[in-house]
Amino acid sequence: MIDFETPEPIKKQQYVLTTVAENMMRPVSRYFDEHEHEIPWDYINFMHMAMRQTGAGSLAPREGKPDKDKPERPKIGYQMLAFMLEILAWGDVGMYLVTPGGGLGAAAVEATGTPEQKQKFLARFRDEKPTFAAMAMTEPQAGSDTSAIRSTAVLDKETKEWVLNGEKIFVTAGQKALEESNGFVVVWATIDPKAGRAGMRPFVVEAGTPGVKVTKLEHKMGIRCSDTASIVLQNARVPYDHILGNPEVVDEKTTKGFKGAMATFDATRPLVAATAVGVARATVETLKQLLAEQGVNIRYGLPRQKLTAIEKEVIDMEVMLRSAWLMVLKAVWMADNRMHNPLEASMAKVRCGDVVTKITQKAVELMGPLGYSRDLLLEKWFRDAKISDIYEGTGQINRLIVARNILGYRGSELR
Amino acid sequence: MYSFVPDEDQKMLIEVINRYAANDLRPKARDADEALGFSAQVIHKGWELGVLQASIPEEYGGFGDRSAVTGVLAIEEMAYGDLAGTLAVMTPGLFALPILLVGSEEQKQKYLPEIVEADWQPYTAALIEPSFDFDPRELRLKAEETTDGYLLSGKKINVPFADQASAMLVYANLEGKTQGFIVEGRPAGMEVGEPHKLLGINALPNFPVTFNNVWVSRVQRLGGPDGHAFEPIFASMHVAMAAAAVGLSRAAFEYARDYAKEREAFGVKIAQKQAIAFMLAEMATEIEAIRLLTWEAAWMIDHQKEDANKEAYLALTGATDMAMMVTDRAVQILGGYGYIREYPVEMWMRNGRGFPMLNGLLLV
Repeated sequence: MIDFETPEPIKKQQYVLTTVAENMMRPVSRYFDEHEHEIPWDYINFMHMAMRQTGAGSLAPREGKPDKDKPERPKIGYQMLAFMLEILAWGDVGMYLVTPGGGLGAAAVEATGTPEQKQKFLARFRDEKPTFAAMAMTEPQAGSDTSAIRSTAVLDKETKEWVLNGEKIFVTAGQKALEESNGFVVVWATIDPKAGRAGMRPFVVEAGTPGVKVTKLEHKMGIRCSDTASIVLQNARVPYDHILGNPEVVDEKTTKGFKGAMATFDATRPLVAATAVGVARATVETLKQLLAEQGVNIRYGLPRQKLTAIEKEVIDMEVMLRSAWLMVLKAVWMADNRMHNPLEASMAKVRCGDVVTKITQKAVELMGPLGYSRDLLLEKWFRDAKISDIYEGTGQINRLIVARNILGYRGSELR
Repeated sequence: MYSFVPDEDQKMLIEVINRYAANDLRPKARDADEALGFSAQVIHKGWELGVLQASIPEEYGGFGDRSAVTGVLAIEEMAYGDLAGTLAVMTPGLFALPILLVGSEEQKQKYLPEIVEADWQPYTAALIEPSFDFDPRELRLKAEETTDGYLLSGKKINVPFADQASAMLVYANLEGKTQGFIVEGRPAGMEVGEPHKLLGINALPNFPVTFNNVWVSRVQRLGGPDGHAFEPIFASMHVAMAAAAVGLSRAAFEYARDYAKEREAFGVKIAQKQAIAFMLAEMATEIEAIRLLTWEAAWMIDHQKEDANKEAYLALTGATDMAMMVTDRAVQILGGYGYIREYPVEMWMRNGRGFPMLNGLLLV
């Protein structure tokens, strides 16, 4: 039965998170934009404490066994997460990206790790101190085309260790994972450079591993609060069981490793899309409020011919915003219900990347000189928004995925 | 709790309508467009699917309760077959649903069983007016109160089946408010003009109707002497039209997709070119986005949510742009074949242009 009622636990969470976003993020949003690479420890420590207490937002497995006497509740974990991310991004998407709890690194472990690995690597997010994790995929010569990855992992048969070499760039929270906490980075490397995607495997590289170094922090257009690190691996040794998934398949030439990465994206793309919606909603709400202060109120229900140009723009923004959010909801709802969702995940990402860039660009324009000024946050959101259409798969790569799905084509048929 | 799957009854209904859309409406749509109408047989068959009947409670002769969600699911599926055919089949709903939604008990008793227990009959409604800035909430056709009723004066266009209408719901401006008035037969002062030819939906016979001091009694005012709210009808129009736009766009998208997978150029199927594949990906994404918005708006109507009217308006606004974007691209993907009348896509593009101005010709 089609239903759009927000579940009660989510409603409760919404209220609390909005308070956090309003009081802990918005007031310092501008400060951290203008002080790139400063770390918002107040926010991080608060979120860590709150999430430890409530268990919210964390992918870390809960302690203890499930209570068999309690009836099983409907699974809404991904939905909770999507709502949480949307609201935090509404507060400040750069700050959201430094929320402790594992981020994409933990998501990769969750999606591809064995139960033992999940236990081993995810437990640390419950530690007393905030902990970060990151995903290292991109290399200078390999972005969307992940088969071009050159980082290598070679098994040292004597010590039963993997020896990693290579350079990773654009690692979100890489610095916090390796230098500011006892975290880890999931590094994608090839065990057979000639095998292309079939050689790709994810490895957990923990903070403090010798031979691993953060070499650079990027200076960016937006989301400046979030560190974007370059990481160099020079004969970095990790234990044998740090290869995610079943180590038995190590010798097989399969694309399982690559598929693991893609499975991670099916789970994370709608979540990244949710953050785009957060920025878009912040923009539309602020724009409407600023217009209302100038006596411009939006009249719904009129034919377009009778609307002012501003009304038309705002109404179009609301159509984009709401429909994009519903696509996110459907994608995470499918994930919660264990339905195969690569099409919906990529559609949501395409749509949300599109709408957040359009909405923020238009909002700056509609507010005229005020929109262009740093007195308001609109110009910041314009800068923050653009990354949504780039990271976690560009709009174009996601279009390609959507296209292959709707056409029933393999990668070789639609390149 | 969120859910994005129709229930079992809805699935069955969709399946039945899909068969009618694919086997009856679609194959006859082109001829009907050229001949300016479907055969009575096709329309009656569509009526027998029971979409409207299922919205009317048993006490008024139907066999269900009105659900906007079920309504939009049904409309999408039927419009997937043909838009004009859908409008023709559903025309009696233009008269019956406002009565169900805001009519007086007396009006429900009098009209609903008569409509839903019988075969398809030309009950219709007159809303649209011939002005560029036509606005259902600021009508030009005036209703003036007299000692014993109302006098209607003004012009309507796009009134489906007006030439043979058993009764017609006429929307008029009564002291700044949009109010419906039930006009039976052909009273003095009412004139039905020649069939009106349009850019699209040619298979829906529609007529201009002129009202020159047409008198209606007090009890013929929709809702009774105290009248009614127009917003619930307006919201219903928005989601119904939005759903029709989704169905039509889906038809155009699927046709273009299948063509692109067959047609070869430069040694490959054109669907294997990113220029075409990306167009299709964006069409599919757009359709899914607007479908969800339409579903949510319909759900909000069913659950009497505060913002239901606004969301319904947003749904049609988005659907209007979606229909144009998708049908234009479908024609483009078929190239020259898209432009010739042997293929259906040019008709879908012409029909697709109509959603904002034809709003009011469909209810759920």
